[in-house]
Amino acid sequence: MSTILTEAEAKALLKKVLSYSKADECEANLSGDERGNIRYARNEVSTSGSLINQNLQVQSAFGKKVGIATIDEFDEASLEKVVRRSEELARLAPENPEYVGLLGPQTYLKANGYFESTASITPAKRAEAVGKSLEMCRGISQAKLTAAGFEEDYKGYSAMMNSKGLFAYYPSTNINFSLTVRTEDGKGSGYVIRGYSDFAKFDPAASTRIAIQKCIGSVGAKALEPGKYTVILEPTAVAVLLERVFFDMDARSADEGRSFMSKPGGKTKLGEKIVDERVTIYSDPTHPELPASPWSGDGQPQGKVNWIEKGVVKNLSYSRYWAQKQGKKPLPGPNNVIMNGGTMSLEDMIKSTQRGILVTKLWYIRDVDPQTLLLTGLTRDGTFYIENGKIKHPIKNFRFNESPVIMLNNLDALGKPERVVSTESNQNYLLPPMKIREFTFSSLSDAV
Amino acid sequence: MGDHMGSPLLMNRRNFIQLSGMGIGGIMLPGIPVSGRPVAPEALLETGLDVAVKKRLADAALNAAKAKGATYADIRIGRYLNQYVVTREDKVQNIVNTESYGVGVRVIVNGCWGFAAVVDAKNETQTARAAEEAVAIAKANAKLMTQPVQLAPQKGFGEVSWKAPITKNAFEVPIKEKVDLLLSVNDAAMKNGANYVNSVLFMVNEQKYFASTDGSYIDQDIHRIWPTFGVTCIDPKSGKFETRQALSAPMGMGYEYLQANPSDKVTGVTTRYNKGYDMLEDAIAGAKQAKEKLTAKSVEAGKYDLVLDPSHLWLTIHESVGHPLELDRVLGYEANFAGTSFATLDKWQSKTFNYGSKQVNLFADKTQNGSLGAVGWDDEGVQTKQWDLVKDGTLVNYQAIRDQVHIIGEKESQGCCYADSWSSVQFQRMANVSLAAGKTPLSVEEMIKDVKKGIYIIGDGSFSIDQQRYNFQFGGQLYYEIKDGKIAGMLKDVAYQSNTQEFWNSCAQVCDQRDYRLGGSFFDGKGQPMQVSAVSHGSATARFNGVNVINTARKI
Repeated sequence: MSTILTEAEAKALLKKVLSYSKADECEANLSGDERGNIRYARNEVSTSGSLINQNLQVQSAFGKKVGIATIDEFDEASLEKVVRRSEELARLAPENPEYVGLLGPQTYLKANGYFESTASITPAKRAEAVGKSLEMCRGISQAKLTAAGFEEDYKGYSAMMNSKGLFAYYPSTNINFSLTVRTEDGKGSGYVIRGYSDFAKFDPAASTRIAIQKCIGSVGAKALEPGKYTVILEPTAVAVLLERVFFDMDARSADEGRSFMSKPGGKTKLGEKIVDERVTIYSDPTHPELPASPWSGDGQPQGKVNWIEKGVVKNLSYSRYWAQKQGKKPLPGPNNVIMNGGTMSLEDMIKSTQRGILVTKLWYIRDVDPQTLLLTGLTRDGTFYIENGKIKHPIKNFRFNESPVIMLNNLDALGKPERVVSTESNQNYLLPPMKIREFTFSSLSDAV
Repeated sequence: MGDHMGSPLLMNRRNFIQLSGMGIGGIMLPGIPVSGRPVAPEALLETGLDVAVKKRLADAALNAAKAKGATYADIRIGRYLNQYVVTREDKVQNIVNTESYGVGVRVIVNGCWGFAAVVDAKNETQTARAAEEAVAIAKANAKLMTQPVQLAPQKGFGEVSWKAPITKNAFEVPIKEKVDLLLSVNDAAMKNGANYVNSVLFMVNEQKYFASTDGSYIDQDIHRIWPTFGVTCIDPKSGKFETRQALSAPMGMGYEYLQANPSDKVTGVTTRYNKGYDMLEDAIAGAKQAKEKLTAKSVEAGKYDLVLDPSHLWLTIHESVGHPLELDRVLGYEANFAGTSFATLDKWQSKTFNYGSKQVNLFADKTQNGSLGAVGWDDEGVQTKQWDLVKDGTLVNYQAIRDQVHIIGEKESQGCCYADSWSSVQFQRMANVSLAAGKTPLSVEEMIKDVKKGIYIIGDGSFSIDQQRYNFQFGGQLYYEIKDGKIAGMLKDVAYQSNTQEFWNSCAQVCDQRDYRLGGSFFDGKGQPMQVSAVSHGSATARFNGVNVINTARKI
């Protein structure tokens, strides 16, 4: 049998698994994937690899006593063994007061995240894409350049079935590509990162050109005084700041008083305007540019959900346990995140800027204070001074201390959203470039 | 959020605690880079393959590789066991036991590396096939290669073994005892003012067998343990909250780390721990201190003399010394992910680069007792040792492995090669990198007595450093104001910013060996795909003059 099961094959296998169950409730999660990668550094391919994985996880429950076991072999004896093992573990487990039982059958939206173009990538195709990129970096006449990059692709599926009749299946593909180009003397550095569900959309030459241009353009950086500046954040920089907001949309921690969504007296900011009214952030598994699984890990349907609408917190995610306890409707956390933008291109945004800083990428983002979401990190791989609508010259990198919540209140303009990859979490998002007033840079860095 | 991968570089402990608190739904703690399949706890006590069997499997692979044209080959037969127990308040959230077994073979053919791995290989045919696959990959990659591998010679050690000097195997302690400990810790924290508490016990056993065509057959048994917690206190009126994380360290020890003797405790403004950790005592202190933080004075930004406890300083050493002195970063192999380094070869060649003041002696080692990095031999059969990185303030060396040491004129590898699994290829990883204790007798009290305007920082907090390791910002767990030689009270909202060379040159004093302790991390990330590594950093309390401190409080 192949690693990537069809919906019918997955259904048949899961039915067989559940037929062995003697527990009060049983849920089985099945997955299979194939991954490949190629890495290069110092203008040469350094490593390449591939990984095939399949896994079956069975959860059995007797009352509120729950046990989980997994196995990666799918012959009949193994299937029965993993069910028995989960039942043994359940009998031994302490009661889990937060176990709320299984969901019945659900209806899911149709999301198309599986692309044959990506599924059929071979080592040769990978090498060809990377070869093109390497050739371009080696062949630049203005400067001696050194390229280091990484391409990784994924095809796989996940499926689940439970003893109450729920069945879900979702196949998907993805490819992420990143490239750092540096001048041989270490005075310039440029970066690009791209993520796609559909390999056909990946243009290694166009991506490589961006990193080369950023690299050459960043040579000869001048120091600017740290302070508050108008910044244009490219989507790659936006992603690592905004995802801290996405990660903290959980109602429980807000209700408990330990999130930036908490308010004095055990209240939360649900229903309040917390950022500029042009900010609308939502999730939608059917979005063609960023398809995602239409069901959550526990089988709940994922629909289109507005998390922040016109600056107002519209929804917080409730686990089924927390929803029951608080008398609310459960709402799973998002499987993808999309932010509305405008129609301006990055070039238009630069043209409309009197004095400001263009930020290509932000690096080593860490929480400084979870109650304000104050973050720190640094600019890198292409930071430029803008004057009178034009990029004037490269500038030395800065450390920043800024909260995405404050930042989204100092919003000047939003550009056209595009698909980006977080350099911190590897997640793909659909986010616009943005112009922000009074972004706080606190010190200079000598790093290139 | 789907398949949430670990953040690059050192994993944020706050996130770790949050992720591990995510409940029973997932079998793996999401985002925690641990491989292996869940097993029953008893499986962790079963012994692995017999050494004689492992030797047979190894010889089959090595012979197959040589027969196919390999000029060098090594094999790692690995069994990796993990156990974690996760609780919050009065609930057990998760008990996870995992086991992973497999074989990885690495070869050099036509001057080029090749690597292949196979899961569950328990006979000679399987290991030989992995070797043949590695040879095929090396031959294919050799066509793209311009510079053949230069492998430093290494003598074979014959059949040898090394076992971590533990006195109590944590896997032999019943789970109930571990659950009881964590629940009692949580209970104590709640009774002492915590609103919430998460606690985790994390245990690792690596059973590794290495063999190479140099004639080594090395059997090793490595143990690691990390008990940790986080408490949160909330002021309902203001809506503010403060947290305090455990002052424990992940250690290369067994369960004996949780049995603290009075001599393991360092008393002072708060109790800190050496090679024995009193989790209950620390949780009680943690709850009280998180509460005290709510009303502590917000720091006034400016220049301060910093007195940094080893429970804090380890992370600054890790980021500003350990990473920039990894030779692969210096050379550019990590440019697209972990970054490069300011400590370029010319600075080292000059023999005059002032990394720090004369007080600063930094050394690398893979031998310190109880450290996370301690092993007898590294993952390419090199016997481990200790070596200087910064001597009396001057940069003198890097961290390098067999295929790199020729670049820095060394005749043999420094023995810091590591792979996080049988399935991943070994590469240069950070050794333990530590600040040597001061040679002149000096206690923490004596150090503080001389500070006019300072801040005493205990525990690690927020951390961030640029990709070449110049500019950094660090927070902590506990901050105490020092005024005219005395501790004047607790501060909050503290972070310091500096640049590596400036910071280490501002080092004025280091306490003596009596105060030397280890800190460290289980989750140092590097490589694409990323591999994790566990590493310790030792130091005694040290003083740094005139460091820039910022106030991190904001209003949203």
